[in-house]
Amino acid sequence: MSNYTIDNFSSLATWFDTMLNNFMPSWLATTLECLLVGVGLLLVYSVLALFYILYERKICAYFQCRLGPNRVGPWGLLQSVADMFKILIKELISLNHIDKFLFALAPYLVIIASVLCFAVLPWGNGLQIIDFNIGIFFLLACSSIGVLGILLAGWSSNNKFTLIGALRSGAQMVSYELSVGLSILTMVVFAGTMDVGKIVEAQADHWFIFSAHIPALIAFVIYMIAGTAETNRGPFDLPEAESELTAGYHTEYSGIHFGFFYLAEYLNLFIVSGVATLLFFGGWMPFRVAGWDGFNEIMGYIPSVVWFLGKAFIISFIIIWFKWTYPRLRIDQLLTLEWKYLLPINLVNLALMVWIVVEGLYFGQLPQ
Amino acid sequence: MANLQEKISRLFPEAAFEEGEILLVNIPDAKLHGLVKTLRDDCGFDYLVTIVGMDWVSSLGCVYYLTSSTSKEFVSVKVQTTDRDNPMIHSIADLYRIAGIYEREVYDFYGIIFVNNPDMRRLFLNIDWVGYPLRKDYDANPEINPVSIENERQTDHTDTWVEQPDGSIKHERPRIFKEDDFVVNIGPQHPATHGVLRFRTAVDGETIQKIDVYMGYIHRGVEKLCEDLGYMQTLHFMDRLDYFSAHNYHHGLCLAIEKAAGIEVPRRAQVIRVMMDELSRIASHCLFIGTFCMDLGATTMLFYTLRVREQVLDIMEKTCGARMTFNYACLGGVMADLDPDFIKDVKALLEVLPKNVAEYNKLFTGNVIAHNRLKNVGVLSNEDAKSWAITGPSGRASGWACDVRKTHPYSVYPEIKFDQVVRSEGDSLARFQNRVDEILQSKGILEQLLEMLPEGEYCAKVPKVLKLPVGHWFQVVEGCRGLFGVYIESDGAAKPYRLKLVTPGLPAAAVVDHITRGQKIADLITIGGSMDYIVPDMDR
Amino acid sequence: MEMKQVTAQGLPYDAWKDNEYIEKLMTELRESGTNVLVGSLDKLINWGRSNSLWPLTFATSCCGIEFVSLGAARFDMARFGWEVARASPRQADFMMVAGTIVHRMVPVFRRLYDQLAEPKYVIACGSCAISGGPFRKSYHVAKGIEDIVPVDVFCPGCPPRPEAMIYSIMQLSRKIKVERFFGGKNRKENQKEFLAAHPIEDNAAANID
Repeated sequence: MSNYTIDNFSSLATWFDTMLNNFMPSWLATTLECLLVGVGLLLVYSVLALFYILYERKICAYFQCRLGPNRVGPWGLLQSVADMFKILIKELISLNHIDKFLFALAPYLVIIASVLCFAVLPWGNGLQIIDFNIGIFFLLACSSIGVLGILLAGWSSNNKFTLIGALRSGAQMVSYELSVGLSILTMVVFAGTMDVGKIVEAQADHWFIFSAHIPALIAFVIYMIAGTAETNRGPFDLPEAESELTAGYHTEYSGIHFGFFYLAEYLNLFIVSGVATLLFFGGWMPFRVAGWDGFNEIMGYIPSVVWFLGKAFIISFIIIWFKWTYPRLRIDQLLTLEWKYLLPINLVNLALMVWIVVEGLYFGQLPQ
Repeated sequence: MANLQEKISRLFPEAAFEEGEILLVNIPDAKLHGLVKTLRDDCGFDYLVTIVGMDWVSSLGCVYYLTSSTSKEFVSVKVQTTDRDNPMIHSIADLYRIAGIYEREVYDFYGIIFVNNPDMRRLFLNIDWVGYPLRKDYDANPEINPVSIENERQTDHTDTWVEQPDGSIKHERPRIFKEDDFVVNIGPQHPATHGVLRFRTAVDGETIQKIDVYMGYIHRGVEKLCEDLGYMQTLHFMDRLDYFSAHNYHHGLCLAIEKAAGIEVPRRAQVIRVMMDELSRIASHCLFIGTFCMDLGATTMLFYTLRVREQVLDIMEKTCGARMTFNYACLGGVMADLDPDFIKDVKALLEVLPKNVAEYNKLFTGNVIAHNRLKNVGVLSNEDAKSWAITGPSGRASGWACDVRKTHPYSVYPEIKFDQVVRSEGDSLARFQNRVDEILQSKGILEQLLEMLPEGEYCAKVPKVLKLPVGHWFQVVEGCRGLFGVYIESDGAAKPYRLKLVTPGLPAAAVVDHITRGQKIADLITIGGSMDYIVPDMDR
Repeated sequence: MEMKQVTAQGLPYDAWKDNEYIEKLMTELRESGTNVLVGSLDKLINWGRSNSLWPLTFATSCCGIEFVSLGAARFDMARFGWEVARASPRQADFMMVAGTIVHRMVPVFRRLYDQLAEPKYVIACGSCAISGGPFRKSYHVAKGIEDIVPVDVFCPGCPPRPEAMIYSIMQLSRKIKVERFFGGKNRKENQKEFLAAHPIEDNAAANID
C-alpha cells in the first residue's frame, strides 16, 4: 500500500506477523492472529452498534425538537451501554408450540451475516481483515444470509404477526437485493475488479461518484433507496411496522435474542453506508485532487479510519433522515417501486455504464 | 311537524303522538318496521341518530331518534314491550346500517332481542355476563360477575332470531367467519387501535376479507353511573369519554340540563363555552394529525403537532386548572372566569396557527408517499355515511354537510360566520384534509369570539340540588369528532332516570368493517386512523 | 454499615419523597449480607436496569394521552432513555397502566403482564388503575389493578400530569437500584408469592363451540 494517509496499518500488520512467527510455529501464529482479529471484530462490532443506537436517538431527537438521551453519562453517551447491560440479563422467554431450534438459530444467522460483511469493509489504509479478489461478491453473498434469519424468526415464532412480518420481509428483501446487486454491479463494471483494495486504490485521485459522473450518481441514488429497504428501515420498515404488526418478525423475541436483531439492524445500516462509501466515495481514501500536492498532503494528515467512518456516518445520517421524515409505504407500493421503477432504471443505467467504460467517457484512470 | 303527524296518522292509525320539542310517535312493535321505512323513504329521515334503550319498570322499550339530512327536522319513535323475560322488538337493521350496532347495544344493556337482526351478540360485555346492567332490577352484586383473570370466553358463532313466514321466531347460530379463514387478532393491545379495540380480521395474504369489531375493553358503565348521581355530578364523566372533546361534551350535557330546567345562561358564559369548544377542536385535530401520521410511519409529525396542542393546553390550564379533565362548564355557565392572560394567549396561538398548518401540509399532505397511502383508501360514499351515521369531519369528507353547529345551531353559533368544510371524495385523504382545514375554520371562529366577548356574569345562580320536571329532552352538539347527543329522561327526582349519550365513536368504529374490505392490512391502520375514533368514547 | 443514599437521574436525595420506604427496603435486603464481588456486579446490573427502562405501549384511556405528551418535545422522556416504547411485551421492561381496567380487559391485561420478560415492573398510573377512580362504583370496572398484578409504583392523578409520571418512573428506577440480582432476598420473592396467590387456570378448552 502506498502512503496516501499518515497511518498505514499494513506495515503494522506485517511487523506483528513477523514478530509472532519469530518465536512460535506458523500455524500457532495464524491461529492467534485469527483469534485476535475475531475478538477485535466483535469489540468493534458492539461498540459501533452502541454508538449507532445513540446516534440515531440523538439525531431523531433533534429532528423532533427534543434533546434525546442526556442523563446517563455526559450527553447521554452511556445510555445505550445501560440498555445493553439490561438486555444482556433480561429473561429469555421460552415459548411452547414453536420450533425451538430454529427460533434460537434465527438471531444468530442475522448477526453472523452482518459480522461477516464486516470482514471485507476497507476500514483504513491497510486495515482490512481479508482482501481477496471477490470481496464485493462475498459481501453480497453474506448480506443475503440475513433475510434467511428474518424469515426463520418469523416462521418459527408460530405467531401470525411475525409470519406476516416475515413474509413481507422476504418479498421486500428479495426484490431489493436485485437493485442493490445491480447498482453495485454497475460500479463493478466501472472499476473492472471485485477486489475491495483495488477499488479503493483506483479512487485515489477521483472518487467514483465524480469520475463515473451520471451513471454513478444514478446508481448511488438507487443504491441508497434499495439499501434503506434492505436494512428494513423507514420508510421501508414494513417487516417490523410498529403500528401494523406490533414488532413484526421479532415480536416474540426477548432478552439478548431481541438484542441481536436490534444490533444487527443498526449494523446493517452501517454496512450499507460502508459499502456506499467504498463504491462511490473512495472508501478510506482522503479527498484528493490530482496535481494539488499540498492539498493532498494536508488531507493525508487525517487518518484513514476517520475518513472511512466519517463518510459512513454521513451516509447513515441521510438514511436516518429518510426514516424520520417519510411515512411508510404499503407493501404493493413498495414492490411497484422496485419492479416497475428501480429495476428498469437500473438496467438502463448498467448499459449506460458499459457504454461509458467502452467509450472512455470518464475522468481519471481505471484500476488495472 | 303537523304535516308529518297527519301523514303518519293516515298511514298508521294505531300511532299515538306526544307533542313536544320533538314529535314523539308511539307505535306498537308490529308496525315499527313499516313506520320507520315510511319515515326513511317518504319523509326523508335518512339518518338514525340513536336508539335509546329504556326500562320503564312496567315495560321495556326503545326510543328511536331520526333526523333528516335535508330538512334538519327531528322525529322520535317509541316502542314498548311488557314482556320482561323474553322481550322482543323488530329490528330496523335492514333500513339503517348503524341500527345493527345500536340494537346490539340495547340488547347488551336491556336484554331486548331484535328480531331479524343478523348479528345479535352482546356488544360491550362478555358473552357469559349475567344480567342486563341498565335494567332497573339489575343485581350489581360483584359475586355474580366477578373480576376474572381467566381468558375471555370466545365464540365463533353469532346469534340471530329470524322471523319465519308463518310469524314464528327461530333462533339460529350462523358462523362469523368461514371455516378456512385466516383470522388475525388485531388488538385489544395493539399500537394502531388507538386504545383497546379489537379487530378480528380475516385476511387473504395481505388483503382484508372481513373484520369483526369487538368493543367493551374500556366499557365503564357511565350511563348507569349517572343514574345514581345528581345532575351536577354527572358532568365530570363528560371529560373522560372523548377526552379531546371534553369541553364540547360538557357543553352538550349542560345545554340539555339547562334546557330541561329552564336555566338562562349569561352571554359571557356562552361565549366562553364556545371559545373552549373551538380551542379543544384545534387541540384535538392537532393530536389527530400527529397520531395519524405516526400510524403511517411519519413519527416526526406527532412532535410538531403536539407543540401546538401543548400551547392550547397551557391556555386551558391557566383558566380551567387542568390539562385534560377540565370540568369547566357547569350548570348555568362556567366554573370560573377567564384568566387575565387568556385573550393575549389565544391571540398568540392564532398567530402561529397558520404557519404550523402550512408546515404540516408541507411535511405530510404534499408528500407523494402520504398521497399514495391515503388517496382512494377506505372510500365511504355519501349514502353509506348517512346510513352508518358517520358524522363530524369524517362524514363531511363524504359530502354530507352534517355540522351540528350549522344544522342545529346552539349557543352563540348562529351569530358566527364560518364555513362547513365539506369534501366529496370520501377517502382517507379527504378525512385528513377536512380536519386540517377545520383547524383554520376554528381559528376564524375564535377571532370573532374574541371580538364579541362581553363583560358580565360568568355563571347564573343555580340551586345546589337541581330537580328536573318529569319529561325527556334531547340535545345535540358538535364534538370534535362528530355529533354528540344527550338524551335525558327525568321522573322528577334529583338524578336522571335515564341518561343516554350518543357518541360519534361507535359508528366510526363500526363502519371500519364496511370500508376495509378488499384493502390491505396497512390500509386498516390508515382507515382506522382517519375515522379517528376514541375508544372510551364508543365504549362509554 | 452506613446506608447509601439512593438517588436517580442526578436528583439530590432530599428532593425525593417516600425515602423511608426505600430505606426500609434496603435494610431488608442487607440483612442477608453480600459479598464484594457479587455486590459490585449487582451494582453494575442495577445501573443498567435502572437507567434503561423501556415502556410497553399500553394505554386504555385519558392517562395514555398524557403518556404521549410525556414523549413529546416539552416533557421529553427520551432524556432519561425511556423513549424506546416497545409494542411487543416481550421486549418491554415496565408497563405504565395508563387508564381504567375493566372486567373484559382484565384477562388481556394479566396476559400482557405475564408476557413481559423478567425483570418486569408495573406502574399504576392514574386513579382508575389505582382504585377504579371515578368509575369505582361501576358494574364493569376493576377496583384497582393491585388484585391482578403486583404493582411497584402508584402514580396518583386523574390523569397524572406528565411531571408526575416522570417522577413515578424515577421512583421506579430508584427502587430498582436497591434490588438484588444475585442471591439474597429480592423482590422476585414477593412477585412469586403474589402470582401463587393469584393463579391462572388453563382454560384453553373453555371456549364455547
